[in-house]
Amino acid sequence: MKQEKRAIVIPSQLLGDIKTMKAGRGTFVENGKIYSEVLGILNINNKFINVVPLKGRYIPNEKDFVIGIVLEAMSSSWLVDINAAYPALLHVNEVPWDVEFGETEKYLKTDDAVMAKVLQVDQEHHIQITLNDRNLYKIKCGHILDVEPSKVPRIIGKKGSMINILKKYSKCRIFVGQNGRIWIDGNEEGIKKVIETINLIEEEALTYGLTNKVENLLKKDAKDVR
Amino acid sequence: MKSDIKLFENGKRLDGRKPDELRKIKIEVGVLHRAEGSCYLEWGDNKILAAVYGPREAVPRHTQNPLRAIVNARYNMAAFSVDERKRPGPDRRSREISKVISEALENVILVEKFPRASIDVNIEVLDAEAGTRCAGLTAAAVALVDAGIPMRDIPVACAAGKIENQVVLDLGKEEDNYGSADLPVAISPRTGEILLLQMDGHLTLKEFDEALDLAIKGCYTVSKMQKEAIIKKYESLSEVV
Repeated sequence: MKQEKRAIVIPSQLLGDIKTMKAGRGTFVENGKIYSEVLGILNINNKFINVVPLKGRYIPNEKDFVIGIVLEAMSSSWLVDINAAYPALLHVNEVPWDVEFGETEKYLKTDDAVMAKVLQVDQEHHIQITLNDRNLYKIKCGHILDVEPSKVPRIIGKKGSMINILKKYSKCRIFVGQNGRIWIDGNEEGIKKVIETINLIEEEALTYGLTNKVENLLKKDAKDVR
Repeated sequence: MKSDIKLFENGKRLDGRKPDELRKIKIEVGVLHRAEGSCYLEWGDNKILAAVYGPREAVPRHTQNPLRAIVNARYNMAAFSVDERKRPGPDRRSREISKVISEALENVILVEKFPRASIDVNIEVLDAEAGTRCAGLTAAAVALVDAGIPMRDIPVACAAGKIENQVVLDLGKEEDNYGSADLPVAISPRTGEILLLQMDGHLTLKEFDEALDLAIKGCYTVSKMQKEAIIKKYESLSEVV
């Protein structure tokens, strides 16, 4: 079943009946009927009605990789903004350095950026993150781009297809945080190209066959340069 | 204050509207860059800008609720929004309106999803012509949808009133000042629940029922415009080739 465009739904829109369908993410049930709760794109998958939000804050899940920006250094921890509704806590035990009590500012200051992993989210939405995993460190160079968190799967593509194309043609190092922050490092031209392409992906996230389109576009550009 | 002008004559109102006719409404979605969601609304000569920030951690901390989010609507009239310069800052009237709008919105937002958070809604009245609380709530609802906040429904508000012993929909400025009653109503259009109901002036029981029915009918008309405005904004986004 090929469609040109995906259906946009608004909150309170009737999507189906609980007898024939199942309510998935982004929906709620009232009196046996399924309604949308957010502005988003309708996605019906195997009897499950899902609504993928178009906008909104990042909802942290354990083991997600994110990019955070330090808000505050406290005596034995840091407060980090990860674009969620709440700031995340990074404790000194969760960093690869030996930090003396009260000397947290030596390692991470306000406005420093880090790649991190979500360690724990509790019922009251207290978020803890960690740097103790492979390939996680403080970001010292490159560029950080903000996108809507809901568009992240689109930028990564199926099994990383889209992001691999981007890496291949721009020769940049790219890290996509689940929270909608993207770190790009490479030469100036490459960074520029990646930003342009990501903006295009974000704008046309609703269309089908985007991966092929992006690849063709980048191929053409690459030829022009040579 | 009594005026000589007839507010209602030959089935027509002062501005030529029929008793059950709304003023002209224009809704624009997503006009502000820094806010999570925003809406600009023109309702007759009312001009209103609504912006939504959050959900974010509520400060000061003692206002946090460990089980649900709090909704902070702030209704503010610009000093230049009325004929006589209004002293800036919150006053008794705007604090009341902020409170009733917050409570109306709290009933449709899924506040349980964001414990300890606050959702801040700023409603700025740039130009006022009567019926600003209804227009403000309508704009706030659209801005909330634009911000991607989970909601049970898109609330909508509309007023009815009485002029010259005639129940009419959506009072204009003169009708509000010299008429005999004003009845702003906010509803949840999916369920028909009433979220806000205030009355200024006097109505008999029969007139009240009539005015309420008329206002609710008006709400559904405005609700349709809200939804069209939202869909129009996001359809155009997905059509960019």
